[in-house]
Amino acid sequence: MEASATTAGAGAATALPTWRANAATIGALISRAKNELLRVPGAAIPGVLAPTIFFLGLNGVFGALTHLQGFTTGNYESFIVPVSMLQGAGFTGAAAGVNLARDIEQGWLDRLLVSPAPRWVLLAGTVLAASARALIPATFVFGMALALGAGWPGIDGLLVTYSMVAAMAAVAACWGSMLALHFKSQSAAPLMQAGTMALILTTTAYAPLALLQGWLQDIAWINPVTQVVDAARQGFVGGVTWAGTWPGIVALLGMLTFLGALALREMRRTAV
Amino acid sequence: MNSLATNLRVVRALGMRSIRQTFRRPQLMAPIIVFPTLLLAIQTGGAGSAINLPGFPPVQSFLQFMLAGAMMQSLMLAGNSGGIALAVDIEMGFTDRLFAAPISRFTIVLGRLAGTAALGLFAALWFLAIGLIFGAEIESGVPGALIAIALVTTCALAVGGIGAAIALRTGSASVVQGLFPLVLVVLFISTAFFPQDLMIEPAKTIAEYNPLSFVVDGIRDPMISGISGSETLDAVLAIAGIAALGLVLSARALRHRVRTG
Repeated sequence: MEASATTAGAGAATALPTWRANAATIGALISRAKNELLRVPGAAIPGVLAPTIFFLGLNGVFGALTHLQGFTTGNYESFIVPVSMLQGAGFTGAAAGVNLARDIEQGWLDRLLVSPAPRWVLLAGTVLAASARALIPATFVFGMALALGAGWPGIDGLLVTYSMVAAMAAVAACWGSMLALHFKSQSAAPLMQAGTMALILTTTAYAPLALLQGWLQDIAWINPVTQVVDAARQGFVGGVTWAGTWPGIVALLGMLTFLGALALREMRRTAV
Repeated sequence: MNSLATNLRVVRALGMRSIRQTFRRPQLMAPIIVFPTLLLAIQTGGAGSAINLPGFPPVQSFLQFMLAGAMMQSLMLAGNSGGIALAVDIEMGFTDRLFAAPISRFTIVLGRLAGTAALGLFAALWFLAIGLIFGAEIESGVPGALIAIALVTTCALAVGGIGAAIALRTGSASVVQGLFPLVLVVLFISTAFFPQDLMIEPAKTIAEYNPLSFVVDGIRDPMISGISGSETLDAVLAIAGIAALGLVLSARALRHRVRTG
């Protein structure tokens, strides 16, 4: 009796406020993702390689598009680099979904679900880890683009691009997590990757809106990621303005809210 | 029953198994059909204005030009997926059981390649159908379409040989899967997606000598203009070269696999 009172007293003395406990759990999940990367550095290679290949490939193949009348810049490297950085974010987010599916298959998520941590905290850990991790391929592609002749976007342009990349990775991670929680299998990986790829490329990725074919022009016009691509591209093809930035922020917030809510719904439906 | 008939039956059975495996697993089917179709749609819509560039070959539409590139991408990924599936068979011990059976060891590889060739055929038909549905015409008509189908199918077989060789040599599905980005690299430095004259250096120079450029030009030619003997011959020779390379590498890898187990 005395021993249990002592234990209870010690527990009360060391209990963290809820918000701090949640923050600690999110931090632990981010650390776990970081450790995975440090212990198996090769795991980061596909995420870096894919956007780099797309950047080099698209630039080598479609570089002549800048000669078309109505193209907004004469430098295709500058035009395409933010798209490749966002693609890296998309692949990283999708990879977060694949990793979550692996955790489900191996029973790791079950252990997290029986912990007192709220479901949204578990999701936030996965999503924020993807946001941080997306900066690796983005930085690699950006460095390569500068070496190949892309224009310097300015500090403000770079900050906007990196913010868009981190937030886009969070959106993609919500999408990947939702599918992972729904299908509970790594077999859903192609759907996660194809979804983010389609979302990012059915925008003004290849050419300005006026030069897209009719059907893609219509899709790009309603696709919220077009606003994100345009905002991330500002510094590379001109100057950064608030008018060019806020639509991207609104689009990202909207997608995060929508996909985050769907992912959370799937997380809540996941029983132990 | 003579041994040739037996071997053909084994090739057919393993080929059918390979096709069924691909259609049953979405993760194997997606790279072969979904990704190339998605990329075809996006590139056609995104870079379609390119046909107005000076120096672009006369085509009815960018879709008509891109069909050959999409088929090429699909067949390359079919070869890669075939390699992954063979490596999975090795990892699971299925190949060992086949090695112990009284059949020629080459039939094990040929069975897988037959499946890959069938997927190449499916890809050719799929993209021809997409092209026709969305208004692309095959300029040289049915004979041109048949040439394109034959080139895509045989090239899938040839590329599959290289995938099989890597699978046999490494016995690891993740290693073969790791070649996926390489497939895209090789495609980007060929004329799969754009005319060589309009590409940017160094891709332009590399594309000139890339064997895949010869194959893709051979597939594209009957679609956008007419049947040209020299383009078709170049494509056949390039496919023969890739097939010979795949055959030599597969034979060596098979010997290595049988020796080391």
